[in-house]
Formats: sequence, structure tokens, C-alpha cells
Amino acid sequence: MGSSGSRLSKELLAEYQDLTFLTKQEILLAHRRFCELLPPEHRSVEESLQIRVSLEQILSLPELKANPFKERICRVFSTSPARDSLSFEDFLDLLSVFSDTATPDIKSHYAFRIFDFDDDGTLNREDLSHLVNCLTGQGEDTQLSASEMKQLIDNVSSWARPGSRREGQGLGLTLSLPQILEESDIDRDGTINLSEFQHVISRSPDFASSFKIVL
Amino acid sequence: MSRQLKGRGEEADGGARGRARSGSPGTGDRSGRRPSRKQAPRAEGAAAGRRGAQPGQKERAGGSPRPGSPRRKQAERRRHGEELGEQGRSSTERTCEGRRKRDGRASLKEQRAPPKKEKEVPRKEEMWKRPKKHRSPSLASRPSGVESLSEEELAQILEQVEDKKKLIATMRNKPWPMARKLRELREAQEFVEKYEGALGKGKGKRLYACKMLIAKKWVKFKRDFHNFKTQCIPWEMKIKDIESHFGSSVASYFIFLRWMYGVNLVLFGLIFGLVIIPEVLMGVPYGSIPRKTVPRAEEEKAMDFSVLWDFEGYIKYSALFYGYYNNQRTIGWLRYRLPMAYFMVGVSVFGYSLMIVIRSMASNTQGSASEGESANFTFSFKMFTSWDYLIGNSETADNKYASITTSFKESIVDEQESNKEENIHLTRFLRVLANFLIICCLCGSGYLIYFVVKRSQEFSKMQNVSWYERNEVEIVMSLLGMFCPPLFETIAALENYHPRIGLKWQLGRIFALFLGNLYTFLLALMDDVHLKLSNEETIKNITHWTLFNYYNASGWNESVPRPPLHPADVPRGSCWETAVGIEFMRLTVSDMLVTYITILLGDFLRACFVRFMNYCWCWDLEAGFPSYAEFDISGNVLGLIFNQGMIWMGSFYAPGLVGINVLRLLTSMYFQCWAVMSSNVPHERVFKASRSNNFYMGLLLLVLFLSLLPVAYTIMSLPPSFDCGPFSGKNRMYDVIQETIENDFPAFLGKIFAFLANPGLIIPAILLMFLAIYYLNSVSKSLSRANAQLRKKIQALREVEKSHKSVKGRTTVQDSEDTAKDTSKNATQHQLTKE
Repeated sequence: MGSSGSRLSKELLAEYQDLTFLTKQEILLAHRRFCELLPPEHRSVEESLQIRVSLEQILSLPELKANPFKERICRVFSTSPARDSLSFEDFLDLLSVFSDTATPDIKSHYAFRIFDFDDDGTLNREDLSHLVNCLTGQGEDTQLSASEMKQLIDNVSSWARPGSRREGQGLGLTLSLPQILEESDIDRDGTINLSEFQHVISRSPDFASSFKIVL
Repeated sequence: MSRQLKGRGEEADGGARGRARSGSPGTGDRSGRRPSRKQAPRAEGAAAGRRGAQPGQKERAGGSPRPGSPRRKQAERRRHGEELGEQGRSSTERTCEGRRKRDGRASLKEQRAPPKKEKEVPRKEEMWKRPKKHRSPSLASRPSGVESLSEEELAQILEQVEDKKKLIATMRNKPWPMARKLRELREAQEFVEKYEGALGKGKGKRLYACKMLIAKKWVKFKRDFHNFKTQCIPWEMKIKDIESHFGSSVASYFIFLRWMYGVNLVLFGLIFGLVIIPEVLMGVPYGSIPRKTVPRAEEEKAMDFSVLWDFEGYIKYSALFYGYYNNQRTIGWLRYRLPMAYFMVGVSVFGYSLMIVIRSMASNTQGSASEGESANFTFSFKMFTSWDYLIGNSETADNKYASITTSFKESIVDEQESNKEENIHLTRFLRVLANFLIICCLCGSGYLIYFVVKRSQEFSKMQNVSWYERNEVEIVMSLLGMFCPPLFETIAALENYHPRIGLKWQLGRIFALFLGNLYTFLLALMDDVHLKLSNEETIKNITHWTLFNYYNASGWNESVPRPPLHPADVPRGSCWETAVGIEFMRLTVSDMLVTYITILLGDFLRACFVRFMNYCWCWDLEAGFPSYAEFDISGNVLGLIFNQGMIWMGSFYAPGLVGINVLRLLTSMYFQCWAVMSSNVPHERVFKASRSNNFYMGLLLLVLFLSLLPVAYTIMSLPPSFDCGPFSGKNRMYDVIQETIENDFPAFLGKIFAFLANPGLIIPAILLMFLAIYYLNSVSKSLSRANAQLRKKIQALREVEKSHKSVKGRTTVQDSEDTAKDTSKNATQHQLTKE
């Protein structure tokens, strides 16, 4: 398994355990897997902590390969200026958020950032349609038509608009779209912000169990 | 009086803050600790001394790498916590301002005692180190008010240390990049270490240091233990493979299986550790008494495989079954009370299972507290939570894409025309017909089992019966379990339900089938038991007379006592408990075999056939008719649950049953893992697991309860056999408890128990329990009503807020962005209160 001799120092391991939801074995496994992505000459511990792995290499991991959000995930967790590479610590962050024991709050926080394709802090129409495209895959037969898409997104945003046609379902704590956006013509369709998103997600019974990646 | 005290306290506080502020300007903390009554009068002196401490403080702070950093960091942290860069700062500033005002008051007093300044510095330093713990005793013993001041500071420092520790503990919940988390963690740790070391003095210091050391070790131990625990969880990799291939739904079955294995291991430990091993080690050895010996008539065939396979012969007369145990009150040099232990283990098996099932149900529901609200967010749930991030297989991913698309389209169509009933009468007729057919099937299968069990009782009286006749019950039951579910599925096609609802119906029907079969089986078995019980009296007489005749037979030399009759020759009863245990044992084993054979034939051979015959077949086998099998989650889970039900029922009469079950679960884990990976394909309709998780748990609980009933009935109302088992000779099995209480406990305890068992006490207790349930129920109802009202209120408030906002126009955009950053769920409420 590559650089079997190189181990993380005890102190660093303890700190990583304090800071992530991972156990010692998981961190070590993550490190090993990370090192496998590195070119053989850079596999010492010091270097593996410094060096960054490019997006393409991370995406080739079998755990991420089939994920439609893989690029978004990597971008969200990347700390490099160009957002195109992951350091080991970023990688650990990723695994921590996607681990079994992470709290729903932090999971939904990152889910929001993953779905926020244009990084503007809210989910707007474009984000939502992008999201639907991701979820329905690349195949021609599975893609939704434009009208279907529009309707879907209208629906998704319409629970958020009290007094819209889905009144029967719109009860409960409807998410407030900032109505101001509609009125001042900034964005006719409204957007979803993080707290609203987290509110919806916290109601979901199976988000936390499916928002998981295990190495 | 109290107000005055309070005011003084505030002054003291203000003084403390004043100093703190001068030590590290621009920051503050919230140690609004009210001094106690004792302290208050000294506050003035304290305030004075505080200034004196200043130089020393500064020096000390200067020596540290980051002067005044603790407080600044704290403020920083607060800001991060709120995640409102702008707002957070302003709030800290606000509080600082408030403090400055108060400081003004305090500073007057500080000026009164300038001369004390210099000489108090060293004392101050010492006091700095005194731990919080020793505060009150030291306060009482100290003469001057000077020292109480340092207590204040100490409290502050302690509070900060506590804050830091809290920060360290919750750091992982912060959505920060690792580099920042590391930095913050190191800073916090440095701070904690620095001041923790400084806190405490002399004896107290050592104690404090010791305490801290222990705390640290404890944290480390906990973490190591956690690591160890996770390492001990078996089959992680197998399950992960399955997860990535089939999504979380199929994996949930294997997780359930693993959980079941764990539960069974505990039960196994209980039964083996407390019943079987003591009996084997300390009990009377095999062959010494009639119940532990194979009867003469069976002796020659007792070792044949065919006999052993039916759990007859030597296995029947072994510690695996109830009948082997002796009714001796204590065994061995430990004076181990085996009958008592047997009874208690039987009870605790159920107790433990109930507890663990309910606990896991509760922990499952904790995550999703609001079931009713999910209907409000169907679309957003579909959008935001439908992807299963565990999927790592492109084929599964394709299926998932397809199923998500279908569900999107479906929901759009639903939205467009929710009521598109074409021919409601036809659908109704078909549904009624389908239900009628299924009820017929259920009744038929029930009758078939009853008939077969009756017949098997006749067979058991006959001498030479064929293999089929001996195993007819098990075979018929397994075949029914195998063929009825597909039949139901075919019939359910008539009904034209939505697949999700259809799945629920299907599950309910299979459940009814299994349950009906199990209970018919039990009823028939019960008949048999009653028959055996009625015969018992005659056998008892026969035994008695045999022994009597043997010992009093004439023609034997009176001077030499006659050797006791060989135990194999003593006539004995049929021991219905062992018979019941054997039935369950056989049922479990045959169930296991049928499951494996089904997998082998239905999945593996089919997969092989499809895979290899596809080259020379006239149509595409893989895409066309037989294709590959899908993993039948619901059927497998139900099978597992019912198997567990049988274990629970049978374990009282066959202690070895749990051991068999542990083996079964172990093998089926490997076997099914292999089968699912080698010969199954991912589901066409990938559905999520977690939602049904508690559903399965609920079924398990129901089965547990239903399997508790017959066991409890037999224990409470049937007399145990007179010549076998640990309770022989007693009127009822539970008499063993009374016996223990009377003989082994002091008399007054016996009286207390007798008093407790009095119906006059039990009935009120039950009534009380009902009342408690009623009360809690009504409380929860009223709470949920209050919840709903609050929700309405929030909604109404938001409407108001919106109209308000629209007036204000663009200026509030900023506001909404602020809330976007707010991580708390009550974000909107905050906003409202702010407004």
C-alpha cells in the first residue's frame, strides 16, 4: 500500500480526531488513500501534508466516480485559490462532513454549498435547474424537458411562496422567499438561502443517512 | 438588602472588568458572576487591589507569546459562532461600552486605595493560581478582602478556560476549513494549557493538576475506546462494497443483519455463560439420572446421523434442551442456583431484547422528529435529498438517475391532475377481489399447517416413518413461505396501486402470512402439549410402580442393598418442554436450509444460466424474461424478523437454539454477501432505506411481543413436567422465585415480596401506570398543539414582516443576507425579534 512506512505523527492524529468526525483508523486510511493519489516520489508524510492533488485525480476515486456532484464537492472543500485541488486536510474535511457521525447541521451546511453552483450564497433558479440536471443524469432519455423543468422548479419554489397555488401543502413552516426580490424585480422567482435550506433539510427523514461517503 | 448587595456585587464585577479591560483593551468577557453574600462586603477592597495587580499582570501577559489574546480570541470566537461578521463585532462593542460605563463607577473606588498597590503584587500572583474549587473554604479562612479579588479573576480565567475547552470540544461542528480549525484548536489548547497549569497552588495545585491529568487521560481513553469500538464492528468493508453497488437500501438489510447478530451474541453470552456452562461444569454428569440418559429403547439408534439430525438421541438428552437440567436447588461447590438462574435468564432474554429494540427505535426516531411535516416538502425533498451519496457504481447510478427522473415526472403529473380515476368501479372490484383471494390464501395456508402438524403428531406415534413424514411440518412451512409471497405479488398486480403503497400492502400480507403460520403452528403444538400433560399422570404412576416393584421385589438378599435401577431403564414422561424446543430447533434449521437453497437456486443458478446461456439463446436473456434477480429486501428482512421470533420463543425450552442462530446469522452474512455481489443486480427502483428502518424495528417489536405471549402463557399456566427440567416437581415454573425468596432471603424480604405480589397493590400500580400514560399522552398532545400554534404565529409574523420589508425596499436585502449566514434553525425568529 504505497508508503506503508510513513505514518502521521501522534499529535497530528489527535488533533485531526478532535477536529473531524473520523476515527483514527479512518484518518489513517484516508491518508493512505490520499498518498496513493500522489506521485511515488512525494509520498513522505511531510510532503503529503503539503502537496495538493488535482481535481481530476480526486474525481477518479471510486467513491466519487459515480457521484453527479463530484466536482462541486471538490470545489467546495478545496482551499486553494483556484479551487481546483485538494490538500490532505481538505480531503479530511470532506470525509468528516460525509462521515456517519457528522451532525445534520454541518451536513446540511455543506450540502447547501454544494448545491449552490454559482457560489452566491443563495439557491436561485439556475442553481435549481442545474441541480435537477445533475440528478437526472446525462442520458437523453432521463433528462427532463424544459417545460417539466420549469414546472418542477416552480413547484420547488412555490412551497416557498405562501399564498401560491399549492396552498394545501404550503402550510407548515413555509419558507419565506424574500418577497422583496420579487417586488423590486431583482429576481422574479425568488431564491432559497441557507437557513431556509437547513430548515427543509432538518425535516427530511433520510438526508443524514444518504449524505454519506465512506472511504 | 438584596438589592444593595446586588449593586455592590455589580461594582465588584465592574472593577474586575475594569482591570481586565486595562489588561487587554478593547475586549471583554461576560463573567457576570454574582459574588456571594460573604464576598460582597469585601468588594471594595477587592476593587482596590485589582489595580495593584495590574503591573504584574501585564508583565506576565507580556511574557506570553500573545498578550491579551485569550479575550480577543474569545470575542473572535463569539463572532464566528454567530457567523455574522458585522453584527458580531458590533454586539461585542456594545457590551464593551456598557462595561465602560460601569467601570466608571468602579474606578472611583479603585482610586481610593492607591498605596496598597505595590505590596499586593506578589500575593496577587499567588492567588492567581488558586483553583475555583477551593474558593469557599479559602474565602472563609482568609482575613483580608484582598484575596477575594483574585477569586474574581480566577473565576474569569476559569470561565475562559472552560469556554476554550468547550470550543475545543465543538470545533468539529464548525464549517471551517481544516487549516483554520487547526489554528484555532492550537491557540485554544495553548491557552488552556497555560492557564490550567497556572491555576492552583500547593496542595490544591497538585490536586487540580491531577484532576486535569485525569480528565485528559479520560478524554484520550474515550477516544481510544471509540476507535477500538469502531474497529470491532465487523464487515464494514463488505457492507461498504454493497452500499456502493446497490445503494443504501440493500445495505440496510445487511446492517440490520449485523445488528441482529450483535443482539444474538449478547443473548448467546447470557444463556451460555449463566446456564449451559454452569450445568456442564458443575451439574450431575450425563448418565447419572434418568433425565440425563438416553432411554433403553432409543439407545441403539441414538448416535445415528438421521436421528441426530432430527435433534433426537444424544442431542435430545444434552444441555441444549430444557429436559436435561436437574431440579436440584444448588449445584457444585459454588452452590450455583441453577433453576433460579435458568428462570432469570429466560426472563432477561426477553427483557434485554425488548430494551435493545426499543432503544434503537428511539434513537432512530430522534433524527426525524417531525413526521407529519414531510408532506409539505415533497418537492424539495426530492430535489435536495434524493441522491444517495454512497453509490459508487455507475450502473446503480444510472438506475438512480432513472428513478429520480421518474419520481420527478410522477410528481409533476400528480401535481397536474391528482384525480384521474378512469374506472373507479373496476378498480374497486379488482381490489376487493384481490383481497378476497389473498385472505383465501392465508386461510388455506393456516389450515394446511394445522393439518400437517396434526398429522405429524400421528406420525410421531408410529414406528417407522419416512424422512418426508418426519419433516413434513418444516417442509410445508418453508414451502409456503417460499411460494406465497410471489403469489401475493401476482395477485397484487390486479390492484393497480402505486408501487410504494403496493410495497406496504405486500409487506403487510407477508407479515400476516408468517404470523398466521407461526401461530397455527403454535396452536397445534399447544394441543400436543396438553395431550402430553394429560398423559403425565399415568406415566407418573407407572414410574412410581416400576421403582416400587424393583426395590421391593422378592428373591433378593435383604442384607445387601439392591443397586439402584439403571437410569436408562426408568420409565419417564414425554417432557413436553423438550418436545417444543426440538420443534423450534428443527424449524430454525430447516428455515435456514431453505433460505440458502433458495438463494443458491433462485439467484445463483439463475444468474449463471442467464450469463452463460445468453450466447446461445434465441432472445436476450439478460434484458428479457429471466434476467438477473434483484435482492428482495422486504422478504429477507421479514424472514430475519420471523426467524428471530422463533428464537425468542424457543430459547426458553432450548437454550442451545441461540447458539444455532448465531451460527446461522454468521453464515448467512457471508453467504448472502457473496450471493448479492455475485448474482444480483441493482434495483430498478432504488428506494431509500432509512425511512423503512423504523418500520422494520416496529415489526421486530411486534414479533417480540407476539413471541413473548406463548412463552409467558406456558410459564404462567402450564405445570412443568414432573421428571425433566429445572422446574420439575413444582406446581408452576415461577414457583422457583418464591422458593428462593423463602429459603435464601431474610424473612422480612419474603414478607415484602408477598406484600408486593398482593393484587391489592398490583391493581393500583397498573391503574397508576395507565394514568401516567394518559397524562404523558395528553401532555405531548398539548405540546404538539402549542407547537402548531407557534408555527402559525411565526408564519403570520413573517407575513407582517414581509409587507414591512417591501416598504423598506432594497435596504433590507442586507438583512436577508445576514440570515443566510445564520446557522441556527431559529434564524427567522432572530430576525423577527430584531425587527
